[in-house]
Amino acid sequence: MSGNLRLLADTLARARRENRAALITYMTAGFPTVDDGIAATKAMLNSGADIVEIGLPHSDPVLDGPVIQAADDIALRAGVRIADVIRTVREAYQATGKPVLVMSYWNPIDKYGAERFGSELAEAGGAGCIFPDLPVQESALWRETAARHGLATVFVAAPSTTDERLRELTAAGTGFVYASSLMGVTGARDAVSTAAGSLVRRIRATTELPVCVGIGISDAAQAARVARFADGVIVASVLVKAVLDAPDAAAGTAIVAELTAELSRATRRHAD
Amino acid sequence: MNSKFFFPALPGGSPSGDGYFGAFGGKFIPEALVAAVDEVAVEYERAKTDPGFAAEFEQLLAHYAGRPSALTEVPGFARHAGGARVFLKREDLNHTGSHKINNVLGQALLTRRMGKPRVIAETGAGQHGVATATASALFGLECTIYMGETDIRRQAVNVARMRMLGATVIPVTSGSRTLKDAINETFRDWVANVETTHYIFGTVAGPHPFPAMIRDFQRVIGVEARRQIIERAGRLPDAAIACVGGGSNAIGLFHAFLPDTDVRLIGCEAAGHGVETGKHAATLSAGEPGILHGSRSYVLQDDEGQITEPWSISAGLDYPGVGPEHAYLHDTGRGEYLPVTDAAAMRAFRLLASTEGIIPAIESAHALAGAIEVGTELGPDGLILVNLSGRGDKDMETAARYFERDADAARAEGAQK
Repeated sequence: MSGNLRLLADTLARARRENRAALITYMTAGFPTVDDGIAATKAMLNSGADIVEIGLPHSDPVLDGPVIQAADDIALRAGVRIADVIRTVREAYQATGKPVLVMSYWNPIDKYGAERFGSELAEAGGAGCIFPDLPVQESALWRETAARHGLATVFVAAPSTTDERLRELTAAGTGFVYASSLMGVTGARDAVSTAAGSLVRRIRATTELPVCVGIGISDAAQAARVARFADGVIVASVLVKAVLDAPDAAAGTAIVAELTAELSRATRRHAD
Repeated sequence: MNSKFFFPALPGGSPSGDGYFGAFGGKFIPEALVAAVDEVAVEYERAKTDPGFAAEFEQLLAHYAGRPSALTEVPGFARHAGGARVFLKREDLNHTGSHKINNVLGQALLTRRMGKPRVIAETGAGQHGVATATASALFGLECTIYMGETDIRRQAVNVARMRMLGATVIPVTSGSRTLKDAINETFRDWVANVETTHYIFGTVAGPHPFPAMIRDFQRVIGVEARRQIIERAGRLPDAAIACVGGGSNAIGLFHAFLPDTDVRLIGCEAAGHGVETGKHAATLSAGEPGILHGSRSYVLQDDEGQITEPWSISAGLDYPGVGPEHAYLHDTGRGEYLPVTDAAAMRAFRLLASTEGIIPAIESAHALAGAIEVGTELGPDGLILVNLSGRGDKDMETAARYFERDADAARAEGAQK
């Protein structure tokens, strides 16, 4: 079976036709348990998320702030395995038919084997991967694997990325470009950085790929602002935090669904 | 090139353009850091060919750090090492008490060239943190040091020194609360503050160009020691021995001897309670290739690529990774890497203190334990050079606790018999 790169592209194209930004949400796999993580992921997809990213927990998440670090830690202590991440992808995709991406640091994939991971992810119905610590220059092996299995390779662009590097990473990437709204680790911020708009403009000058903005977007008002100029709005930490703070897993899933619905309404451009 | 420190590429020793030593090295970093890391690489390449930079670096090493450091023969200690002749390269006598100052002065100069007002650094034993805080005071840089909570407890003296020097010390409470986690937190700071901030990485790991650049700043150790031991002993040593955590003092000692193929290069890794117990930090002896902190090297990890928590009595060696050039020397066989347990290191620690009046850092005591092993193998004709990378003042509390427990255990054992 081939992966769902095509589904990812079609989903982003449809959102564009509908004059809205796609909503991309994130949940750490295996957090607080594998089944609870799957329930929360399905809830997001059923409440208006167009695409989800499933975080593969890591012992050393250097690009993550305290919220996702805590979720990774809980999942790892509970013994989450890569097979559980693949199962999360499979169940979320089968239940909703929507694109599911995996967000992972590179070492777990390097150790597991890029080919083994790519083929299992494609077989489970996954749409692709984002590797925050794998820059274009180190990514050739993965990109061949992804191409073989019909998976997207989404690269992150940062405000500090030069125009020359933007050309390299947008030429190498598929699916969409992940524009980091600010210089910093994941986590909610009070205001969306002004760097996002100019970064999106610089990216668009190099590619036809959709550009989605993430890192630091924490509420509907910020999502609405970003939706005016981006093809997709990526929200992560605030959803993970809702699960962290919830009294139990069912309550966490309910809050995540509610937040997702609110964010989804905010991404419709005619709404404002 | 008019500097004695910046030699042209040595055989097999320098990385490729993209920062690889054989299969090891590279740049596995978030996109947000690429520009900053590239800036360091470009600025370092410029600095290397700038006679003014080399001259200023040499002045600082000579008149601030106190180089060249002494070479001390230790016959009392050597009697316990098979009677081989043993010489110590006295990096413990440098200003701030370890080899760390060599690298820090180089990078502080580079920070000034890049026009950045702030530096950050990780520290394990606190020696790199103290050196960075020292250079920051000297150069008028704002300085923040990240240190694992566990290490803050076991290296309290160095924490006090850093604060006295004006640095902010931030306790790190994630993961095992040691060096690895301090590095993670320093990277997180760097991602957010990269425009104003240089990360003075403390060891020969991290993304390219750090492993090569820090090695170049530490090469002075081996360059001096090679000349000194030829003067004193009339020949090259049979073995050059150093402890290896990330591996900066070891690569600094080894590098000048790389072309001398008769000189064995021996790195002593922390075997903690013993490699077989799983409670150790012997990355090259018991780890496997993987990616940590920006480069591919050997790491301690589980079967799915999660980095495992290391153990060592020595905060400076308590690290689940190792510099990529060591991985390369290991795989090519040019370097030998020897696991040394807490117990063997602490025996060597006490032995050097009682026979020679020199209290080594517990990190360096691992190299001394290696010297006892190698000396016993070589016998009286052997000639051994050991890098005494730091002094043990910071370790007095850990040592006192260790020997007290040791004595209690011995008494308990005696009572049972």
